[in-house]
Amino acid sequence: MANLESPGSGTPEDAGFNTDYQLGQDNIRPFGLDIHNPVFVISGLVIIAFVLLALANQEASAEFFGWLRPFLTREFDWFLVIAVDIMLIFCIALVFLPVGGVRIGGKDAVPDYSYPAWIAMLFAAGIGIGLLFFGVLEPVYYTYAEGGAARPLGLDPSTPGNENIGIVGTVHHWGLGGWCVYAVVGLTLAVYTYNKGLPMTLRSAFYPILGERIWGWWGHIIDTLAVFATLFGLTTSLGLGAKQIAAGLNDVFGLEPSNTLVVVLIIGITAIALGSVLMGMDKGVKRLSEINMIMAVLLFFFVLILAGVGTTLARFGDVMVQYVVNLPALNNPFGREDTSYFHGWTTFYWAWWIAWSPFVGMFIARISRGRTVREFMIFVLIAPTVVCALWMTTFGGAAIDMIEGGTGTGDGITAVVVDTYKPELALFRLLDQYPLYSIIAPISLVLIVIFFVTSSDSGSLVIDTITAGGKIDAPVAQRVFWCTLEGLVAIALLLGGGLSALQGAAVSTGIPFTLVVLAMCWCVYVALRTEAR
Amino acid sequence: MFQRILAPVDLAHLEKLERALDVTAEEARHHGAPVTFVSVTAAAPGPLAHNPEEFRAKLEAFAKDQADRRGIDATALAVISHDPTTDVDDALLKAVEDTGADLVVMASHKPGMAEYFWPSNGGKIASHSDASVFVVRDA
Repeated sequence: MANLESPGSGTPEDAGFNTDYQLGQDNIRPFGLDIHNPVFVISGLVIIAFVLLALANQEASAEFFGWLRPFLTREFDWFLVIAVDIMLIFCIALVFLPVGGVRIGGKDAVPDYSYPAWIAMLFAAGIGIGLLFFGVLEPVYYTYAEGGAARPLGLDPSTPGNENIGIVGTVHHWGLGGWCVYAVVGLTLAVYTYNKGLPMTLRSAFYPILGERIWGWWGHIIDTLAVFATLFGLTTSLGLGAKQIAAGLNDVFGLEPSNTLVVVLIIGITAIALGSVLMGMDKGVKRLSEINMIMAVLLFFFVLILAGVGTTLARFGDVMVQYVVNLPALNNPFGREDTSYFHGWTTFYWAWWIAWSPFVGMFIARISRGRTVREFMIFVLIAPTVVCALWMTTFGGAAIDMIEGGTGTGDGITAVVVDTYKPELALFRLLDQYPLYSIIAPISLVLIVIFFVTSSDSGSLVIDTITAGGKIDAPVAQRVFWCTLEGLVAIALLLGGGLSALQGAAVSTGIPFTLVVLAMCWCVYVALRTEAR
Repeated sequence: MFQRILAPVDLAHLEKLERALDVTAEEARHHGAPVTFVSVTAAAPGPLAHNPEEFRAKLEAFAKDQADRRGIDATALAVISHDPTTDVDDALLKAVEDTGADLVVMASHKPGMAEYFWPSNGGKIASHSDASVFVVRDA
């Protein structure tokens, strides 16, 4: 079928984005599949080879990745921080610039999803697992661990005005810095897909820079890089999730948290994710995301009420003020003396968010048709930041209050965060100080499982779309393939090197992808300028 | 006997539709029933169109062409779905209901192994809809 001349919303300015490329023209169709050649072939083969190598050389790969992660987050600190700063400033500018009025999908597009469903999916795909894993861990770690050497900006929590610096340091990672990366990628893909009519894949965004070359090797490289980044970013979260569930099962039911248990968990959860991708976007992913939101809100209120609503809200106000006050210093790439916080955490998070960005970004793009750019930025940037801050303040603050209370209720938390480092237990050491632990702990385990599933299924949809050359309706067997492969990679990396292997893989794909995201800022602006407002 | 015919089509695979389209036209003329050609797509660009409007226009052009060439009364119905891969059956069932069609004519390939895991669209429509379903196998 021939391609038509004027994609997009049909304004004359669209002329600059015309292409004769026909979506799917490079696809091959073996065994009834519909896959992009060579993106599917290369990324599939390289990932399988990677898994086999990691499994065959478990010790060597553990050592390599153990070295790789700190090396990258130390040496590329300035690069990651400057890049994220640029993205953040760009996102904020879009709220105020006239192009903020452009509507994704053209002037007359109406939103596909209601606000609650939209927001639920934003969260569930993006950061869910992390809230449960890091909510207690990070604030406590920054405040007390390493004899105070891990404090953000070296600020002492005993000085007035800095009491909540541990929480502020956490909000820094889960707030604007993370979501601005997702927002750039998400908006770029949404605009190029729904306004410019190009295939829903990363390479499309580079049309203003590379022109027709995006359909050749330049595009193959960008898309393949995106597949790697997504897969390793995703498996890092899956690995964290599986470890936390294993630890929780050990705590509640006394199961031995062995490698076998973790592997069985990953297989079981991948099976649930498969069920969800087979049911599709609306019946699987969306429904699970909504269930997840409801459970997360219930758990949140449970902790909020027990920790004290008044105390928490007052602290939340203080955290937000301190966050804004310290934002410039926290985003400063040069001359940092808080090395442990900066290299151990901040730059790792930045690389991790960037590794996740093709995945979360494409998923956000897919569900955001019909929103204006301004609405998109406010919701993707500010709403999640405020909610994450509230969550971290509640969970972190509750833990810090227990420790400061001096009655021994916080000893369990200190033991797993400060004395020995068992991060996967931090949440449970908080919850076991509250009533109904035998009910609340299993509920939070279910919550982690569903978060796990909603990341895995939406991730499979995204990788499938990229490796099908931007086709959204590729055969369902391809989703099964990617969903299964994600589970296998998570298992292989956990066995061959544990979490540091997962994190090393995520960071090493995140760093080259940073260049891609930076270029996207320019590309999306070029595209927006030509759109009717 | 039949009042309205629904004919699901995939414009990307017209060559596989030829027999089904012949049958559709014959049934339409025989019963004097109008035909609605229905097709399911995503809002994102696909091989056929860059956006839903373009897709709708192509489907309408197709329906008009069928009407003119085969002397039948034909209209088009484009259904936009969030996830066509998994939602096509439900979208078609809804189209049967919305159009009030009492006969569905659709093409189907010969069943193979895969049909044990993912039943064909025709099978699903036949087992879940009130309308009669005429599944036309490719030659």
